[in-house]
Amino acid sequence: MEKAIIMAACALGAGISMFGGIGPGIGEGYAVGKACEAIGRQPETKGDVTTTMLMGCAVAETTGLYSLIIAMLLIFVAPGLFIGKL
Amino acid sequence: MNVEITGARIFLRLPFGILITETQVNMWIIMLVIALLCKWLTHNLKIKPAGKRQVVAEYLVTMANNFVVTNMGKSFKSFAPFIGALFTLSLLCSLSGLFGLYPPTADLNTTLGFATVTFVLIMYYKLKTNGLKGYLKGLAEPIPVLAPFNIIGEFSTPISMAIRMFGNISTGVVISTLVYAALAWLSSVVLQWLPGALASIPILQLGLPAILSIYFDLFSSVLQSFIFCMLTVLYIAQEAKSE
Repeated sequence: MEKAIIMAACALGAGISMFGGIGPGIGEGYAVGKACEAIGRQPETKGDVTTTMLMGCAVAETTGLYSLIIAMLLIFVAPGLFIGKL
Repeated sequence: MNVEITGARIFLRLPFGILITETQVNMWIIMLVIALLCKWLTHNLKIKPAGKRQVVAEYLVTMANNFVVTNMGKSFKSFAPFIGALFTLSLLCSLSGLFGLYPPTADLNTTLGFATVTFVLIMYYKLKTNGLKGYLKGLAEPIPVLAPFNIIGEFSTPISMAIRMFGNISTGVVISTLVYAALAWLSSVVLQWLPGALASIPILQLGLPAILSIYFDLFSSVLQSFIFCMLTVLYIAQEAKSE
């Protein structure tokens, strides 16, 4: 019984922690939209704008990746850790 | 259906808790490949390029030099070999997933190792430009109460760099494993009316994993290696210039 509760809590926690993926999604979408606007206005700067945009996107992704790490820890590490202590 | 998602397998347990894992063995293979590639590209060079081999080698070196000079300035040209090596190693580590190897960069230890090198360089240039006293004073800015946050900020740079690369590559590994397992299950359900061993052929595994592989293995690997080098270059240049 306790085992089932722990597994369920870990799975739920992992799912909830991935809500953190919403932030980078919105942010990166905004950044890419602005980059498209910039390229539309000045098509000759396409290379520079694309490089800068990819850099910014990768940096903005970090918060989402933190929540991904938490989710992976909850799925792969936490159940063994807590069930071992029962 | 069974889905097995594991980290790097342990091949050998040496005394004193030293483990020889899949990560290390794959890393050795990649190091060997890079060494042989360098040897092959640079042997028997001539002043006038004779074949395609030397043109490729010169192009790669010029590219590394240009990347460093445009982003850091002329005085840092000696950084080009380091950045080139970092880029090649991390790129080949990530791309090794295409050959069915376990990518070493899907292990947090590898990426933390890369990030530690960067961190040491950043700290060296920080101390060199500001001096120890100036550096410690800089931690207590703008007001001394914020010093703990500044110290956390110092350490968050390498950790975020390591986690960025690890997260992207290991997500690719996890998601492609899940997709393969799901497609195997789906094709066994769809084909169960076939007799005997024919039903166990996972025919639906054709196609979709290849498209995912283009994104996760090719695009993500190149982008993450590029970003890692770019951030290294930018952080070092920023610290060296801020007087």
